[in-house]
Amino acid sequence: MTCGSVRFGGFRTACRDERDYYLERIYPAFGNLVPRDIASRAAKNVCDEGRGVGPGGQGVYLDFAEAIQRMGRKAVEAKYGNLFDMYQRITDEDPYTVPMRIYPAVHYTMGGLWVDYDLQTTIPGLFAIGEANFSDHGANRLGASALMQGLADGYFVLPSTINDYLARNPHTDTVDAAHPAVAEAVAETEDRINLLLSVDGDRTPDSFHREIGELMWEYCGMARTDDGLRKALARIPEIREEFWRRIKVPGTGEQFNQSLEKANRIVDYLELAELMCLDALHRAESCGGHFREESQTPDGEAERRDEEFSYAAAWEFTATGGAPVLHKEDLVFEYVHPTQRSYA
Amino acid sequence: MKLTLRVWRQQNPETPGAMATYEVDNISADMSFLEMLDTLNEELTLAGDEPVAFDHDCREGICGACSLVINGDAHGPERTTTCQLHMRSFADGDTIDIEPWRASAFPVIKDLVVDRSSFDRIIQSGGYISAPTGTAPDAHATPVPKPDADFAFEHAECIGCGACVAACPNGSAMLFTSAKVNHLNVLPQGAPERETRVLDMVAQMDEEGFGGCTLTGECATACPKGIPLPSIAAMNKEWLRATRKVRR
Repeated sequence: MTCGSVRFGGFRTACRDERDYYLERIYPAFGNLVPRDIASRAAKNVCDEGRGVGPGGQGVYLDFAEAIQRMGRKAVEAKYGNLFDMYQRITDEDPYTVPMRIYPAVHYTMGGLWVDYDLQTTIPGLFAIGEANFSDHGANRLGASALMQGLADGYFVLPSTINDYLARNPHTDTVDAAHPAVAEAVAETEDRINLLLSVDGDRTPDSFHREIGELMWEYCGMARTDDGLRKALARIPEIREEFWRRIKVPGTGEQFNQSLEKANRIVDYLELAELMCLDALHRAESCGGHFREESQTPDGEAERRDEEFSYAAAWEFTATGGAPVLHKEDLVFEYVHPTQRSYA
Repeated sequence: MKLTLRVWRQQNPETPGAMATYEVDNISADMSFLEMLDTLNEELTLAGDEPVAFDHDCREGICGACSLVINGDAHGPERTTTCQLHMRSFADGDTIDIEPWRASAFPVIKDLVVDRSSFDRIIQSGGYISAPTGTAPDAHATPVPKPDADFAFEHAECIGCGACVAACPNGSAMLFTSAKVNHLNVLPQGAPERETRVLDMVAQMDEEGFGGCTLTGECATACPKGIPLPSIAAMNKEWLRATRKVRR
């Protein structure tokens, strides 16, 4: 289910025990129309409490029965038909007659490569646009705006900025293969590939991908704690050590090799996961989609601490495993000022 | 479920390939076809064999990366992408044949992965509009009649997977190319290149070595996004119109 359908409303969310419509119970004023971070966190919480539905218990009901009764099947079809078809294809259950089973999933992380106002990275001539950069989204990303960022960057910003770079650099000679920087990069890559192929351990790239993913979901996901983030930061170097000891990559580096590609991406993922945990740990506030459990209002709402954290954190890479350097870019609000969100 | 898989294995474009037989067990009916292949690949990797190479990306039926011929059908028995095909479409004990797209314009890279960059080159030859830079125009500056918008959208649904080519006995890319041409040619934004688009894209399609169209219709039957067969007729009409209009 997308947040689009959640926004349109007309449904109820429930978990196992006697159809506990938990969102209506916790947020009586807003019922099922709470923002997606609240709805997602609540869904994970009831599942963590062991009250989830379906095989594996990682699911809550999205119940359209009342909406269908109130609006009629036709109106529901017009609004959600496409989505219901997709659901039926995946689960082989008819959401018009039985409640949907849903669970939150990560599909966006609100961050990326640092770029300047021209969308140029710290490497001259390398531009990063769309979801790859950090520029447009703050602590939350609302419905469909990953598309907005791709369109805005590609359609409006870059056509007005990249030509400035091109005008100043009309012709750049191809870098010679014997250039020391090229030789260094090639040697580094070859060494890494040879190392990955030579370990010949007993764990697949997918098993590591899953392990890091589960760690991040648990400790650096929708709700974080100082304690949990420190656990993740202690665990990631252990996984890295295990990875280089136990990874198994069949095949060679001479031809198309999807296992090798996955293994290389996991090397990157370990680095990125560590940085995300470090960033989350230093930001001891809740803001937007980032919920820090120690920083909440008495009614469980994300508590901002703008006087301390009103900045974008840009981390400078120093070396693999080395401590990144924090650069703070202050957020200056001239007309509209951030305030505490309240759904009480 | 317990299944016997007969999978096309081919080391690289130069080496001839062959079908290899594998057994998989404990397959859930709720798994997608690609998750079933993931299971096989984990087992192969741990046994020290190379996993079966196959293309995949979004796994929600919108990117067009997955591309398997399953029991002779592009994307298998259901009208959907391979990633949205579930194992409940098969029975316990089945033998399933899994092959790559077969067309001379789609050479095999490895196992089930084929090179579809010919599609990219068709797009590059005309699948764009002239985009004036400067301030963004108002959303209502260029009115588009609803039937035209619907027609464009129907063709924009093409995800470029190549099932049409795989299903065609001639290996023709007419349905793909027509979807791209019709999507832009009906819209006012696509009007400046209306003639050159269809001429260039068809020329590029021919150059890539795709077969000719004999209106067999297998393409439209295999298309997971339901691009209709008359799309080809609409492109032919555009092409004829353009040949009369453009002198080259």
